[in-house]
Amino acid sequence: MKNKFVKWLSLPYAFWSIAFVIIPLLMVFYFGLTDKSGKFTLSNIMSISLPVHFKSLLIALLLSLISTVICLLLSYPLAMILSSMNSSGNSKLMILIFVLPMWMNFLLRTLAWQTLLENEGVINTILRAVHLPALKIINTPYAIVFGMIYNFLPFMVLPIYNVLCKIDKNLLNAARDLGANEVQTFMKVTLPLSVPGIISGITMVFVPALTTFVISDLLGGSKILLIGNVIEQEFTLNSNWNLGSGLSIVLMLFIVISMIITAIFDKDGEGSAL
Amino acid sequence: MANVLKKIYIALIFIFLYAPMAVLIVLSFNASKSRSKWGGFTLKWYGKLLSDSSIMEALFTTLALALLSALISTFIGTIAALAITGMKKSTRTLMMGITNIPMLNAEIVTGISLMLLFIFFNVKFGFTTILLAHITFNIPYVILSVLPRIKQLNPSAYEAAMDLGASPFKAFFKVVFPDILPGVFSGLLMAFTMSIDDFIITHFTKGAGVDTLSTKIYSQVRKGIDPKMYALSSVIFVTVLILLILVNILPNSGKKVKEKK
Repeated sequence: MKNKFVKWLSLPYAFWSIAFVIIPLLMVFYFGLTDKSGKFTLSNIMSISLPVHFKSLLIALLLSLISTVICLLLSYPLAMILSSMNSSGNSKLMILIFVLPMWMNFLLRTLAWQTLLENEGVINTILRAVHLPALKIINTPYAIVFGMIYNFLPFMVLPIYNVLCKIDKNLLNAARDLGANEVQTFMKVTLPLSVPGIISGITMVFVPALTTFVISDLLGGSKILLIGNVIEQEFTLNSNWNLGSGLSIVLMLFIVISMIITAIFDKDGEGSAL
Repeated sequence: MANVLKKIYIALIFIFLYAPMAVLIVLSFNASKSRSKWGGFTLKWYGKLLSDSSIMEALFTTLALALLSALISTFIGTIAALAITGMKKSTRTLMMGITNIPMLNAEIVTGISLMLLFIFFNVKFGFTTILLAHITFNIPYVILSVLPRIKQLNPSAYEAAMDLGASPFKAFFKVVFPDILPGVFSGLLMAFTMSIDDFIITHFTKGAGVDTLSTKIYSQVRKGIDPKMYALSSVIFVTVLILLILVNILPNSGKKVKEKK
């Protein structure tokens, strides 16, 4: 396969990446570092220190961290159970179960949680019927965290599931033969071997959660602004592309940090996502 | 006991993931337009669906975008994956790094970066700009699903075909292509799904007058969602569900019967 012709096959993709990935990113820096008249300025980036911007960044960081941790806590046991059932080779089916919801529109799926979480909604009706106190979480940060967990849980389950399936069962048996109990086997063998999947899952949940504007829009009652909402409004409502780009550069700083962490753990450079 | 707990846990997560689907299907039969009141059972939203030209137009745009972007990104992504496998390690790492950018970057940044590109070069926003954006975020999914297949290939098979007198072209289509086809196909399917479900990147790269189902739904959030949208998504969901059951479960159950013999 190592003939010259094959090398040329990468040209369309190389061209595409430069035109539609690299140059657009340079555009963000160009607009972010200039003012409306095209002069160099740092004011767009520094505007993150304005209270309203800084607050939106802090809330976004806080909510996305909470959702990432909860996603991890929910996903790890799930991935373990699923991978232990994997002997019959139904992994494809499990992945389909997580991909299938994508066929129902993402906005409608999130809006459906409004119906479920509302003060007079389905969940509260059930809670009242069994004489439990009602939840008042719609239009609060809790509802946003809920929406984040719902939307991004599959991105945590799948990478962890993938690494757990690849673990050699002989290693686990060897640990038990050498006298380790279940907890020790998990702590000393399974958990360390699954770190790449965990890291990959964390970035796959944290980045979209940190940068979302849709979930906060739909479930937060548009009262709670995340950094994503601020950027979106600068682009669509205020048409202030320079300010929007400047804030995006700040946002990208956090994305780059999580990309570097992933690169350190994901040495094959393949991504274990899907 | 532990097994029961495991099953309960899976069931709870399953309910969590699929409860919204159930809500949307119930809402599609709701005579009241409100999302929180049940106004009695009706089929009228399904009946009116086909005659709503603006929803049908958005559906057509969504499907055309998904099909075109999936086909084009599958073509570019597959040949790129073939080339990447044959590259030196340093070039390969660079290519994979670039491939990971749209995967790991925030959708909002990808969306606004493309928006700025089109603004800067004075490209008119419309169907073409959305298509270019969708191809861009779809190619990595194709590459990542084709690459593992290529790695499993036996390089000798291709060389053997050449030794036996096949042209490189023929050797590729008779030997290599059938082996990587499952990866190509799952890449195509993934790309199609991602394109259908995308809202954020479309939101920033669409022009006035063009709407996909996602952007149409978003524009209705404030004034109330047209219940015909629930009907349409229920139809799409059930169709895909049936297709997946036919494609995945039927052949598998056949296999199991054979194994038992």
